[in-house]
Amino acid sequence: MTTTATQLDIDRDKGNFKVEESHKYDAGIGLSEATVDYICDVKGEPDWIRDFRKRALKVFEGKPMPTHWASKDLENIDFQKIRYYLAGDQRAKRSWDDVPDEVKATFERLGIPENERKFLAGVEAQFDSEAAYSNIKDAVAKDGVIFMGSTDALMEHPEIFKKWFGKVIPTGDNKFSALNSAVFSGGSFIYIPPGVKVSHPLQAYFRINAENFGQFERTLIIADEGSEVTYMEGCTAPKFDTATLHSAVVELVAMPGAKIEYITVQNWSSNVFNLVTKRAIAHENAVVKWIDCNIGSRLTMKYPGVVLKGRKARGEVLSIALANDGQHQDTGAKMIHAADETTSNVISKSISVGKGRSTYRGQVHIPKHLKGCKNNTECDALLINSESRTDTYPAITVRGDKNYVQHEASVSKVSAEQIFYMQQRGLSEAEAMSLSVNGFVNELTREFPMEYSVELKRLIELEMEGSVG
Amino acid sequence: MEAKQGANESIRFEFQNHIDQLNTAPEWWQTFKSQSFESYSNAPLPGRSDENWRFANRKGLSLDTFDFGPKNLPATTDSLVEQSDLTSAQSGRLVFADNQTLAYNQASQELQDKGVIWSSLQDALVHHSDLLKDYFMKQDIDLGSEKFAHLHSAFVANGALLYIPKGVEIEAPFCCYNWVDAQDGAIFPHMLVIAEEFSKVSIAEAHLSAGNEPALSCGVTHLFAGVGAKIDYTLIQNFNEQTLGFQINSNIAGKDSEVKMNSVNIGCHHYRSETHGQIKGSGAHVDMRSLALVDADQEIDQRTLQTHSAPHTTSNLLFKNALMQNAKTIFSGLIKVDECAQLTDAYQTNRNLLLSNTAEANSLPGLEIEANDVKCSHGATTSEIQDEEIFYMLARGIPKEAAQELIVYGFFEEILDCIKDGKLAETARIIIREKFKA
Repeated sequence: MTTTATQLDIDRDKGNFKVEESHKYDAGIGLSEATVDYICDVKGEPDWIRDFRKRALKVFEGKPMPTHWASKDLENIDFQKIRYYLAGDQRAKRSWDDVPDEVKATFERLGIPENERKFLAGVEAQFDSEAAYSNIKDAVAKDGVIFMGSTDALMEHPEIFKKWFGKVIPTGDNKFSALNSAVFSGGSFIYIPPGVKVSHPLQAYFRINAENFGQFERTLIIADEGSEVTYMEGCTAPKFDTATLHSAVVELVAMPGAKIEYITVQNWSSNVFNLVTKRAIAHENAVVKWIDCNIGSRLTMKYPGVVLKGRKARGEVLSIALANDGQHQDTGAKMIHAADETTSNVISKSISVGKGRSTYRGQVHIPKHLKGCKNNTECDALLINSESRTDTYPAITVRGDKNYVQHEASVSKVSAEQIFYMQQRGLSEAEAMSLSVNGFVNELTREFPMEYSVELKRLIELEMEGSVG
Repeated sequence: MEAKQGANESIRFEFQNHIDQLNTAPEWWQTFKSQSFESYSNAPLPGRSDENWRFANRKGLSLDTFDFGPKNLPATTDSLVEQSDLTSAQSGRLVFADNQTLAYNQASQELQDKGVIWSSLQDALVHHSDLLKDYFMKQDIDLGSEKFAHLHSAFVANGALLYIPKGVEIEAPFCCYNWVDAQDGAIFPHMLVIAEEFSKVSIAEAHLSAGNEPALSCGVTHLFAGVGAKIDYTLIQNFNEQTLGFQINSNIAGKDSEVKMNSVNIGCHHYRSETHGQIKGSGAHVDMRSLALVDADQEIDQRTLQTHSAPHTTSNLLFKNALMQNAKTIFSGLIKVDECAQLTDAYQTNRNLLLSNTAEANSLPGLEIEANDVKCSHGATTSEIQDEEIFYMLARGIPKEAAQELIVYGFFEEILDCIKDGKLAETARIIIREKFKA
């Protein structure tokens, strides 16, 4: 087991470091119309965006916190103590050489440029509010694939951007989507032309460096007819004593026959409130697959959704959540069936360690006049310690004709026999536990690209360390 | 707003009449009722963001049209009493119509000698006031209908009290029939069962309409199972489809006790049923089962909670709904396992069978687990009858409608099988069949 031990040393605090702040642009602390104006002015945005942001700010201010169903921990967010916009430069660099040294050093430490060389078709790296680096391999760009920061896309491709922006997730969807709409900055914009299949994944990496900061990236992916794309995002932040807020909005549009796979490995530090709205529209025969791993953060609330709008569209959510001491992973899925013969599948596995709490919250909606829709939902929760906690709150509405829905959830602990069996063969209790937990999520990690599943396994081993014995 | 105020005033007026007639009742009872009415008046109606009312139609909850005043005895008294005969045997019987006692069959002298109390609430207030004081409405109401529970406490005038002393075992069920007859009338059925250590008892209750007039029923059933006690309770609800119904059930299961609650829900325009199994003693087991057959514009809203607060406890819940036409059902269940309740086994299953493409089934199965050494699971499925099943029967010459009916009967058998009294189970089958014919 010595090899694992060294691997463990490398990764433990991989994201827990910060570089000195040297921001050229800073919207200051607190949120008001002036903050929104500052962001618009700095970015040189057109008036329709300014209006959009200001309307969103009103909506945000008008909406109550969703604490009647969500964690009371949300009340600990002080929106007037957060910095909403911090950036070094407006335009993302096309080459790592142009990226400021301290930012480059950050991403090098996280292994981004290395991965880019190894297996990615394109990379975008966001540092606080803006993308520091954005590049796409020539071979992919040649096919007409657009991959850039959303700030750039707004300037360079307004015709595509405007058409889809805010259409999947309207401003008023929830309080945090409204907040994002008011102060969004950064995130990726991807357009895949009809029939183009991007063979390697595109990746975005989100990094929060500054203290008391809120990151509000906005990602929009449009896969035109018959195209295919895999997008991966990773996120880290240094650990501060104060709360950091991350509130993204991610909109996916899968045109007829398109396939989008969206992979998230979220490893925010344990002071981050991670409140993200993610939704996709799947047209006829399209497939949207969300693969969502939540390892980090203090409180994550994220329920990736698919609106199945075209006949035979398919939506999938595969979700892994690991909640350790002081963490609450409130994750789940939303499947809104809106056409005949649409199918959806949700598989969620959560592990609660120590005093960690994991929650599955799901919604499956099949309205009337639909025929032949199917949903399968499975939620399994594993509880490691006696103080660990798990909840499951699905909501299922079914009407219509020849629709079939099944939901199953189970909660258990690692069986004593299993542990005993492995201990007999010379594994320590902790190793046996770690192996069992990896076995529990194995079925899902197999769905991940190789590099990610290895990384994920390591992260799980780390989190499990010291949880038994 | 003014209209609403007016309606509130009329309820208050009726309450004043109600309390004025209670001048001979114990003082604690009068105080309790007055406080309950104030709590009712002050409690808000369920709001839009109230999770306990998610998916529920809150527009149909207005009580303005109901008449809370006292009623004359129905003209059909004899016939109602005669129809109040749904079990093969009985240890005692109470028949109520519009909150008044129509018939009272006492427990046998032998049981009375052993200390068994089977009494109407009215009598119990005179003879067993202390017992009521300790147990009446003493279980928490925490599934959303607090306001309606207060309304129940304020207006409840009759009901059944059953007390089984230590070690007494009784086979034949105690039966309680609650009829509603008056147009726009309101009834408040109440069932209070206290089973002492190692006693064993079964109860059958029926909620029925005498006619086709709209009415309100707001009932409460509280079961207390002492150490090692066994309670088997079945409620058949077959009001007419003009009725608005609330039924708040709760049980407390002590150490090594066993509580079974079965419900058969057929009637009501809008029926809200809440069932809370509080598993408080180690080794206790609670079963909660329900079937509902709904058609037209019926809405059946079921909320359940299984609370495990002691180790080595088990609970099992099975709710089956079959929906026809534009009917709507909501099943919202939660299993809650406290930190100390290690080695809990808890299950929750909801099955919805859609028999029309305009019916709507909502399912909210939930788990909240704070102990780690547990086995808990829930499952919810919603679907139509599979084509293969229909085809199989068609191939044997059974017409499609009949095949569908048969499958639904089979679907419900899993619940009906658990109703111990043969005649009661058969009655439930007949009611189900009649609903299909209509």
